[in-house]
Parts: sequence; C-alpha cells; structure tokens
Amino acid sequence: MTAYELVCGMEVHAELKTKTKMFCGCKNDPFHATKPNIYTCPVCLGMPGGLPVANKTAIEWTIKLGLALNCKINVFSHFDRKNYFYPDLAKGYQISQYDQPFCYNGKLETEYGTVRIHRIHLEEDTAKLQHKTINGEKVSLIDFNRSSVPLIEIVTEPDLKSPEHAKAYGKALRQILRFLDIADCDMEQGGMRLEANISIRPIGTTELPSYKVEVKNINSFRFLEKAVSYEMKRQEIQLNKGVTPIQETRGWDDAKSETYSQRVKEDAEDYRYFPDPDLPPLRFTDEHINGWCAELPELPAALKARWSTDYAIDSKYAQVLSEEKETASWADQIFAAAAKQNVKPNAIANAIVNKKISAVVSDEVERVIVAFVALNQHERVDEAELTQIVSSVVSENADAVAQYKAGKVQVLGFLMGQVQKKIGKKVDVQIVKSALKNALK
Amino acid sequence: MLNTLTLSQVLKKLKNKEISHKELFADLGAATAAQNKKLNVFLTMNENAEIEAETALGKTLMGVPLAVKDNFCTQGIRTTASSTVLDTFIPPYDSTVSRKLKEAGAVIQGKTNMDAWAHGSSTETSQYGRTLNPRNPEYLPGGSSGGSAAAVAADMSIAAIGSETAGSIRQPSAWCGTVGLKPTYGRVSRYGVVAMASSTDSPGPITKTVEDATIVLNHIAGHDEYDATSSQTPIDNYTAALDQSIAGLKVGVIYMDIPGLAEVKSLFESQLKVFEELGAHVEYANAMDPNHAVGAYTVVQRAEVSSNLGRFTGVRYGEDRSYFGDEAKRRIMLGTYILSKGYSDQYYVMAQKVRTLFLQDFVQLFQKYDVLISLTSPGFAKKVGASEASAMFGELEDMLVEPSSITGLPGMNVPCYRDPKTNLYLGMNIMAPMWHESKMISVADAFEKHTNWNPWRNAEQK
Repeated sequence: MTAYELVCGMEVHAELKTKTKMFCGCKNDPFHATKPNIYTCPVCLGMPGGLPVANKTAIEWTIKLGLALNCKINVFSHFDRKNYFYPDLAKGYQISQYDQPFCYNGKLETEYGTVRIHRIHLEEDTAKLQHKTINGEKVSLIDFNRSSVPLIEIVTEPDLKSPEHAKAYGKALRQILRFLDIADCDMEQGGMRLEANISIRPIGTTELPSYKVEVKNINSFRFLEKAVSYEMKRQEIQLNKGVTPIQETRGWDDAKSETYSQRVKEDAEDYRYFPDPDLPPLRFTDEHINGWCAELPELPAALKARWSTDYAIDSKYAQVLSEEKETASWADQIFAAAAKQNVKPNAIANAIVNKKISAVVSDEVERVIVAFVALNQHERVDEAELTQIVSSVVSENADAVAQYKAGKVQVLGFLMGQVQKKIGKKVDVQIVKSALKNALK
Repeated sequence: MLNTLTLSQVLKKLKNKEISHKELFADLGAATAAQNKKLNVFLTMNENAEIEAETALGKTLMGVPLAVKDNFCTQGIRTTASSTVLDTFIPPYDSTVSRKLKEAGAVIQGKTNMDAWAHGSSTETSQYGRTLNPRNPEYLPGGSSGGSAAAVAADMSIAAIGSETAGSIRQPSAWCGTVGLKPTYGRVSRYGVVAMASSTDSPGPITKTVEDATIVLNHIAGHDEYDATSSQTPIDNYTAALDQSIAGLKVGVIYMDIPGLAEVKSLFESQLKVFEELGAHVEYANAMDPNHAVGAYTVVQRAEVSSNLGRFTGVRYGEDRSYFGDEAKRRIMLGTYILSKGYSDQYYVMAQKVRTLFLQDFVQLFQKYDVLISLTSPGFAKKVGASEASAMFGELEDMLVEPSSITGLPGMNVPCYRDPKTNLYLGMNIMAPMWHESKMISVADAFEKHTNWNPWRNAEQK
C-alpha cells in the first residue's frame, strides 16, 4: 500500500474592523446591526452613478499585516474589478486585487513548521443572502450591511504538512490579526473564513498533484483539522483504487463529520479582471513603509521569545497565554510584577494555565500574585503533633483503614481530610499525605 | 421671448428685476409645450421647478432652470439614461453636478433625451425615441447628449448639462450649433452619473455662448471627495478667461488630411484667418492619425461598458436585462470578449498602450502650440435614420474628438459656419493641455465674438 503525504495550501478571508466600509463612508459593523440594510448608501448598494473611494486605513492595515508576516510590499499597486454575477454582489463586480496585491512572498512560523505566504490582497466583502419562507413563500433576501466591508485574503503556498499544521497556521494567523488589532476574526459570524486546498501525493514524490480539492467556508479551526484529515482519507481510498479525485469544491458537514461535494469546476472561471478605472493606482514610498513598520506592535513570536529569555516561561504556557492579545498583555504585566517580587513567573504561568488559582484577564495583577503566593504558603506543623494526629485518625477510622488496605485507595482523601480537620490550619497537603501513607504501611 | 436669452442675460435681468421667474418659466414652458412633442427633447420634466426657483433667488444662479441629461442622478426625479431598464428608477440621491448646481441656486428644469446609456452619437439608440435637430428636424441632433444640445438650440432651455465620454458634448453641440465644453477628465466629478466608460466620462455644460459655459463650469468644477478620480488641481475663475487678447498665441490646426472632409474642409479653413486677424499664429500641425484613437477608444470603452452595466440586474431597481436595447447588448458582448482570458492582452492592454502614445503625441504638440484646433465632426449633421445600419456610427462621427477624449484633454465646440440652405452648423473643436480650460475658453470666446456664427450673438443667424 502506498503511503501518502498531505499537499495543502490555505486561503483565509478576514474582515477588517475599520470604522467605515472599504469604498464608502457607511458604518462597518455588519454583525451588530439591529436591522438589515441600515448601513447602506448609493455606493455599497451599487446604485447607478455610485463611485468607490478607497479606505486608507484598510490599505495601511493590509500592508501592516504583510509586514508582520515578513512579506514584500508592492510599492506600486492598484485595485481590479473581478466581474461575475451573483445576487449578493451589488455592482456585478467585486473590487479586488489581481496582478499587484499589496503584499507577497512572506512567511509565518508555526510549531509544525514554516508556512510561506504567497500573497495578501485587499478587497470588498459581498452582501449577505438569507433564504427564508415568509407566509409560506420561499424568498431570498439580501442584506447589504456587509456589502463593501473591507476584506483581506491571505493565500499560502502548499506548505501545510498535516491537519494539525493547518490548524496551527490558522490560529497563528488569527493571533497576529488580533495582535495588530485590525480584525475581530469572529469565525461563527463569518468575520474569518477558512478555505483549504487539499491533495495528497505518494511520500517521496515532489511534484504537485494533478488535482486539488477546495474545502470552503470552514468556520472553526477544529472543523478545519477534521476536514483536512477526512479529505486525506477519502482521497487515499480513491487513489488506492487507481482513481484520481475530482477537482471540485466541497463543504464541511459537521453533523456527519464529512465533506460533501458542492460544485465541480469544469473550466477555470473567467472573471475578466481589469484595473478599476474608478480608483487611481497607488504608490507607496519607503518612508510610508518604514513608518508603518515602526508602528507594528510586539508580535506573538517576539513576545514568546522575550518571555522565554526574561522570565523562563515554558513554551506550552507561553502558547496558551499569548493566544489572545488581552491575555498576553495581562500575563506580561503579571510576569513583570512577579519577577520584581521574586516570585517565579513560570510558576504563576503554570498556576494560571492549570487553573490552580482562579484568575481571569480582568483581575488586577497584584491580586493574582497574592492568590498565587497564598497557594504556596502553608503554616508549619510540628512533626510530633502530626504523627500523633495521624495515628489517632487511623485508630478512629478502622473501617476506612481496612478499606484502604483492601485496595480502595480513594479512601486516602477522606482520611487526609480528617487529619487536616484535627490540625485546624492550612498545611502542605504533601506532608499530610506522606505522613498518612507511612502510618498505613 | 425670455427663453431666447442667454444665461448671463437672464442672470442680469433677474438681478435688475427686469424679469420675473414667472415670466421666464412661462416662456420656457411655452417653448417646450410647442416643440417637445415633435423634437422629443425632454423625457421627464421637474414639475416643481418654478416653486424651487422662488427659494433660490438669493443665490448666484438665482433659480434659473437648467436642462440636465438623463444620465445624471437627480434626487426624486426619474433618471433613465434613456433606457427602459431604468424606466421606473427614481434616484434617492443627487449627482455631485446636480447637487452643486442646486446649491448655487439653479433648479432642474427636466431630464433630456440621450443615446441609451450614452451609447451613440445620434440619440437614435434611445429607447424613448430619437430627438430631432431643432435647426432642421430632418436631421439628427448628434449625441449622446443630443437632448441637451437640442434643448439649448431650440430655446427650450437657457443652458444645459451634458456628459462626454468621447464626443458626447462636443459633437451634438456642433450639429445643433451650440457651445459645448468638455472639461479635463477629473475636473468635474462623475459621482452620480450613470457610468459609461469610467476612464473618460466627463460632465460639462452645453450653452448658448462661451460666456455661459464659463458660468456653469465655475459651479460644477472642482475636487469631489466622492470621486477618487476627481483632481485636487485648483480651479480657475473661468469667466476671467473671457475677453482676453489671443495675440501671439500659437494655434495648431490638426486632422485636416482625414479622407472624407472634402465638403467641409474648405469651409473650416476659411475661418482660420479669424485667428490671424486676432493676432494669433496659425499653423498646420501633424498629429497622430485619429483612426488609431477610434480603435483604442472602442476597445477600452466597450470593456468598461461591459463591466459598468453588470449591476443592472433588476434585483433592486429598474427592470431586468431583457430590457437592454441592441446597441447596449452589442457593447456588452464586445466588451466581455475583449476582457476575456487570453484576449485581454491583445486588445485591452494594447489599447491602453495606444492611449499612452496619443498622450505622448499631445505632450509633444503642446510644447509647440498653446491650443490645437480641428473640426469637431467630419461633416454636418446626418439625416434621421443614418445611424441605424451602422454599429460604428458613433465612433466614426466622433473620430476627431476621440484622441483628446482618451487622453483626458479639455476641448470645446464653438459654431464656426452655418449652411444657409439646410440651416445646419459646423463646429470647431478647440483643445488645450490638461487643466488649461481657461486657455481654450479665451480662444473660443475671441472667435465667437469676432465672428457672426453664434446664433444668439447674431440674430440674423437664427
């Protein structure tokens, strides 16, 4: 039986959280709108005569993401029209970028390996279709609140080696978007959408497979991981039968835990791209780019490296605590304060991650440190006193002792409780445990 | 007959209280009632124009009604671009041009007929019927702004707004014997104008005199935050360019060797002495063959049209695509083909390169000449029905203005001859470097005032 390896690249779409939409002044807040079609104007409705004006902040943010992902920046760039018909597309074309995306040739490190970034471009989101039954009649409704919301597309090279790798990449990317504070990445609402191009090839071969299966609109990292591993198995079965999987678009059905065919692509689509004559081309100088570079915040990789050097934080704790931007800056303050007070930051990290102390992001730094110190502070107990208390507990609980000796080890907890009650103060549980065990030998 | 007054005369008389709105609207109304049925100039009238005018008396344009081409979105007034696809479309917003005019105190008199979607140079592609030339109703008014030019020529309006993609202001002005000014691309905002070819669309005035054109341009020119292609270049006071000496100015005469000019070439050339009399230096100059501009323009324009018309699906407004007329369908199909994978390099990209060559040619010409002049149209107005068998009718009629259109240059038409037998006019096309509208205005104004061709300045021409 041939052994196969995964060949997988990803396309991730994320909505930028600018105040206004990509090409008009309408509010960019589709998920919190109280009613459909309240954030609209002639431009994002595609009215006759409407003209786009590009949102400078969105352009800046896209380039900043590119810089954060070590991309090269096209100093000359422009927007293109991607022409196609769909009811959610107001103008009959989407303003996107074709041959000169803002960013290209970058990379993102993950714990499973490097992922090369092919390109990042900026475009506009479409409106949202709702298929409903009203008064017994099936209708399709369009909500334009989302029409022309800035959307970035990040495309990787086929570097993802495993389902876990794909998941790790997605999470690392979301982490950077959140550190840059440019996208909320609300996956359930569609603020971040994942797409994996999946094929497999015999281990040892290097050429790209002749087909690829696109799994679209995956809205969680867990589903992504499951979808990639499902596809690997499905494609392996076919290849082993001598059948090349069909080049197609598939969706993920979580209830059935399987992918399903959505659309078979007969030919390559022709979007008749051409530079949008409504939007003048853009030129960026080194000064622009250096300025944006200087404005970048500390990114997850740098933060984790600093935590390791300055505070000796274990990488597994660092991973968890740096996932969200707010948590990361909270943890960073705790580590700094702890180090000053000669409390080991890594021990606190351990306590937080393993929930030994109850600590949430809103907690004051000092409170967390006090809670941690309290956790490890025990009153001293006289050894003779402890021995005496233990032996009295053993003799008073003959039944429990017998059960323990018969192999029911859970009873130890009960006996420890009895000892602690008699001592009447907080002592180190380990000491109590070993004293009891000695007595029961 | 107040409807025969020029814009500057009306403003003066309103200011001096020599005339009232009531009298002005009555005369315009009578002229429209008498002629609109026959000439088919207005598609929609603004029933509230006179009421709106009363509130605007304190503003610069004092409530003067203006005819507006039907591809400008006008809030609350139906806007069809002369296509039944938009038969029921009442825009919820104003184009920047109509908004600025209203803010300056003008009122919208009505919406004028045009070639559907501005596709054509005859008004014969209008899905509401053709407009006839007021100078001689057996002839076409030209287009696409044929309704606006006819409204002015027929004295149904004091002044009008048109838009030009390549010739659509200048050519109907030439055929109807009016002044038409196509500003530099980006000088006047396109916001709210139903897009034809986005990279050349330029709104501008169609008026009775050069002076009137400057009054209108003063109010509609300038940067617009709603149009990313509108320029930040400061605007002039265009009226200040009137009554300037053009002595010493270098005038280059181009496109005189185009086959088919025979009939009109000598008529045009006989006018060149006017510039000599005014002290300018006139010289024949070699410019790139405008036939190449026809090819380049056709390719770029059809491509942009095919994309711009994609939004008319009938989902949110208007009717569905089955309402498109033949000319629109032809352009959509050709444009779609031009942009298709494997063909766009050979057509679209090539056409853009040709455009650059024209731009370089003009840069070189304007190093030698202050303005360039040519005929606006290769001949007099064509007879009714002339466009029907020719899919390239518009492009050929507009050949002499297409080079300046695809390069974004300003140009304006002034009447330069009238045929006493047919009562039809010839137009002169005066072109200037980008953002130098004032220069061509000075030349046009000097020509207009030094000759007898302008029918409003010289009653015997009427």
